Amino acid sequence: MNEIAWLTVFVLSVFVGIEVISKVSSTLHTPLMSGANAIHGVILLGAIIVTAHTEGVGLVVGLIAIVLATINMVGGFVVTDRMLQMFTRRAPARSTSGSKGGRR
Amino acid sequence: MNGVPTWAELLYLVCAVCFILALKGLSGPKTARAGNLIGAGAAVVACSLPFFYLERLDNVTPMLAAVAVGTAIGVVGARRVTMTQMPQMVALFNGVGGGAAALVALLELGEVGGGAPWFNLAATAFTIAVGSISFAGSAVTFAKLQDLMTSRPVTFGGLPVLFVVVAVATVVLSVVVVRDPSAGPGASLGIAIGLLGLLLGVLLVLPVGGADVPIVISLLNAFTGLTVAAGGYVLGNTLLLVAGTLVGASGTFLTLLMAGAMGRSVANILFGALKGGSTLGGGEASDRPVRTATAEDAAIMLAYADRVIIVPGYGLAVAQAQHTLRELVDVLNERGAKVDYAIHPVAGRMPGHMNVLLAEAQVPYEELKEMENINSEFAGADVVLVVGANDVVNPAAKTTPGAPIYGMPILHADEAKQVIFMKRSMRPGFAGIENELLFDEKTALLFGDAKESMGKLLNAVKAL
Repeated sequence: MNEIAWLTVFVLSVFVGIEVISKVSSTLHTPLMSGANAIHGVILLGAIIVTAHTEGVGLVVGLIAIVLATINMVGGFVVTDRMLQMFTRRAPARSTSGSKGGRR
Repeated sequence: MNGVPTWAELLYLVCAVCFILALKGLSGPKTARAGNLIGAGAAVVACSLPFFYLERLDNVTPMLAAVAVGTAIGVVGARRVTMTQMPQMVALFNGVGGGAAALVALLELGEVGGGAPWFNLAATAFTIAVGSISFAGSAVTFAKLQDLMTSRPVTFGGLPVLFVVVAVATVVLSVVVVRDPSAGPGASLGIAIGLLGLLLGVLLVLPVGGADVPIVISLLNAFTGLTVAAGGYVLGNTLLLVAGTLVGASGTFLTLLMAGAMGRSVANILFGALKGGSTLGGGEASDRPVRTATAEDAAIMLAYADRVIIVPGYGLAVAQAQHTLRELVDVLNERGAKVDYAIHPVAGRMPGHMNVLLAEAQVPYEELKEMENINSEFAGADVVLVVGANDVVNPAAKTTPGAPIYGMPILHADEAKQVIFMKRSMRPGFAGIENELLFDEKTALLFGDAKESMGKLLNAVKAL
């Protein structure tokens, strides 16, 4: 892919990134931030690609990168899901509210 | 290594679309959870693809072990964290992501020879530098929020100069790398850029005051996104480019949105303390006279009010009093009062944090009113109950130019007929300034631990 094609993808992604969250309510700022945070955890993909052909010190560095990226990705999605499962609506919430929300 | 087969490219494209849908879903309450799951699924698929197409695939066992270790740490951390600690957790996850990106770029720099195009090398240097900034900045943010260090702005005389010097040095080293990546022994240049980036990250966040730290988390999140995007370009991977750019762009937008909610510019938040703007924050407890009330007094005020507005703050969640508060609201509702929660956009320690904390106590999100929708109703409220909040109802934001929170839109609790403040002590809020509303003659203070006071208040209202 040539440089212009890369630039095109980049610029279009900027606009899409702004557009999709432009109407977010402040209620969801924390989960949105946390979810977006998890998405950039796909750097794990990059860490795997690089580590697959390293050895010696490079391998150690690569494995550290994989651990860090996995923490970012997995932890991010799990914690976001934990927050979002608590967002309930009025009627059913009161009757079915178990002990789940109180876990810590 | 750029030999990605067409089928894998197509799957990467599908994953990129899923990330867009995930962000879209996350911005609405009904679709948020599904959005997050779509994102998670796409991330897992994307990360498993290289195992099926890489021509040279060594180290599979250690790599899978590393993934297992990371997964275990991530899941345990994500499950154990309390909702009050969420801002630190997001900062931590963001920091390790930035660190990972920097390490990936460092490894990549060791592989590209002098023949690589300059833009490729520039992107590599950018990834190392900004990834390191994100890592160190997030670490300082974590320390501030976790009370491992003071949450007040930390500055010293030469800080602005040092910051500029380090920033310039980082750029200069990056230029050297772009001109000749093999200059200097081994990966020393890349490591040097990384170390300077770490220092830069620390210097960037140190002068930021506690109340503004949440904005910095969002900004560093955007930084990491851009880092991942640059890393994607370096590796020739379109998915990383798209995913990183999406997060970078939406994160930047979100940061501006939040800064707007605080009536501040991002530059002012980052560098305001360096100009000595927030010197008013004395942080001393005042001994001016206030009107105190007992739980019984407060119960009478609440029980016979028709319109009650609750202003919850971080102190409520720290005391774990949100469940008792919801019970109190239920009782007041049964007595016929109209009760709403007024949520300041930066209530808690992270924008939207209070919504999460109240959701944990099973308060339906429809009862949580955003600031712009409820502010006109304070004048008609009989009682405003402020629990564990302070800065978000501080009239100094309107009346005292020079106060650290001056210009921040606040909840107009001061317009209500009566105000009940539940406080642990006269200590100022996170921004470190005194609140005039506490000394207002229509304000009654109920001192004590929020959970204990709330329990007494609940029993007193029930007894009436």
